Amino acid sequence: MNAIRPRSRRARLRGSLTILAFILPALALFCMLVLTPIIVGFYTSLFKWNGLGGLPRDFVGLDNYTRLFADPVFYGDLWHTVVLVVLSLVIQLPLALGIALLLNQRLRGRAFYRVVFFAPYVLSEAITAVLFMLILSPSVGLANQILGIVGLDGLEWFADQSTVLLSLFLVITWKYFGLHMILYLTGRQAIPREIIEAAQIDGGNAWQVFRRVTLPLLGPTIRISIFLSVIGTIQLFDLVWIITEGGPSHASETLAVTMYQFGFKRFQVGYASAISVVMFLLSLVFALGYQRYVMRRDLEGATTVLREQR
Amino acid sequence: MSGARHARPKAIIRFRGALLQVIALTLASFVIVPLVYGVLGGFKDTSQLSTNAFGLPDPWVPENYTDILASDTFWRQLWNSTFIALATTILVVAASALAAFVLARFSFRGRELLFTLFATGLMFPFAVAILPLFVLLRMFGLLDNPLGVILPQVAFGLPMTIIILRGFFRSIPIEIEEAAIIDGCSPFGFFWRILLPMARPALATVSVLAIVSSWNNFMLPLVVFNDPNLWTLPLGVQQFQGQYSSETAKVLAYVVLAMIPALGFYAVAERQLISGLTAGAIKG
Repeated sequence: MNAIRPRSRRARLRGSLTILAFILPALALFCMLVLTPIIVGFYTSLFKWNGLGGLPRDFVGLDNYTRLFADPVFYGDLWHTVVLVVLSLVIQLPLALGIALLLNQRLRGRAFYRVVFFAPYVLSEAITAVLFMLILSPSVGLANQILGIVGLDGLEWFADQSTVLLSLFLVITWKYFGLHMILYLTGRQAIPREIIEAAQIDGGNAWQVFRRVTLPLLGPTIRISIFLSVIGTIQLFDLVWIITEGGPSHASETLAVTMYQFGFKRFQVGYASAISVVMFLLSLVFALGYQRYVMRRDLEGATTVLREQR
Repeated sequence: MSGARHARPKAIIRFRGALLQVIALTLASFVIVPLVYGVLGGFKDTSQLSTNAFGLPDPWVPENYTDILASDTFWRQLWNSTFIALATTILVVAASALAAFVLARFSFRGRELLFTLFATGLMFPFAVAILPLFVLLRMFGLLDNPLGVILPQVAFGLPMTIIILRGFFRSIPIEIEEAAIIDGCSPFGFFWRILLPMARPALATVSVLAIVSSWNNFMLPLVVFNDPNLWTLPLGVQQFQGQYSSETAKVLAYVVLAMIPALGFYAVAERQLISGLTAGAIKG
């Protein structure tokens, strides 16, 4: 007994060291570059700080937040986020779902269409942004020349406060609907053919089969896709910054753009940090609430699977 | 009922096929037309773009493309993007594979907590951390240094990579591990000689995801790189647009050239990319 114990302790120690050695690179990087910035962001949001020199000194408590909550630009940002989320849910995702179901039909050239529809997702936001700045340019752009044929020319697209957000949404849809289409298509193909056939044999017409069978079975996929879409919209930056920088007169500004303006252009790092914190809390509250109330059923399934495996 | 379905006239079936085909083609044209406009527009001069928007270039002006290909700016940006993407991918896959191995196949106290910690990383949007990240990188002296982009990309890529790899490592039967241990394999030997070779498809999937997200990253290089010699393609495209904003045709040529590597990579790695995105979305 006594002879065994030290050895087993040493073995256990060696086991812990192995675990530590394997996990350390990932854990160290994650803590240093993901968790620390979030904490630092909370800390600097309590100071008036131009970001230069050593640590911030001018403690102002929650002043940055009171200033933020009194700023109409901030409410504009929130409103634009809401508008883009609603447009995505009402137009972009149903469009992606429709295309996915279309590509699930017997259709010549199906593989080709799938490759085409997904291609924009592979292009960087920067490339997409610049391409559409040129296509939607009021003077020489392709869009106005096409619309000119039917007498609809003269749209100002990104240059007009009333159309800028819709124009951005057009670009967002072009870039991202392919991702959602692929998710739906994968989800649709995971539905066993027997279930659909059974519904058809029971006499359901195409709409009834879709409404009562396909759509509910796609539920988990749709909920994930909504989640990705909302989180993506909350942090929207690249497209907006390159195309409009938030203008004209803040009409397309998002939280991330406002944060970038103050943090990197006007050197009000404390105030910009407060915006970061608000973005973080917004994402967190949405993610937790969504998982708690909307994805609960999906996740319950997942945890039972985990428990079984353990 | 099913008899009635079979009796449906051939003409209706053919009509339905044609209708679906028309819908699909119309939708596809919304994706294809902007891309073709870019490619052809790059061969025009800027005045042709307003007088002859739809037709083929007349005359063809290859100089827009050849000028860019002859300058070293484009090639340098291509190299920077490639180098950063490869370094990011190697590091994130290596660190994640090690961690996922332990999280999948060892049982120890705090394992699920650690895994949850990594998984919550999925909820932190990158844009949220960028400002304090910038402050930290400046403290470490990593501004205007490729590592200043590579390391944060690795850190933010960990959650998704670990989740996908851990799922795969778990699916490998315990019997294989036991056999390896009996044959005298150390844990690292099992990991290196048996698990990793078996996990090749999963490794390909996460690598493709890492390459694409690094290749397209804009915000981080934007704040980290002041020095134009370090710029990646997305920064280069934006900057080129600013510099030649009145010469639309030139900008189109630059956009098209910057697109080619991404589309080429997509053509090669389409399957891995799509399986990665769907796996990530469904498990995340």
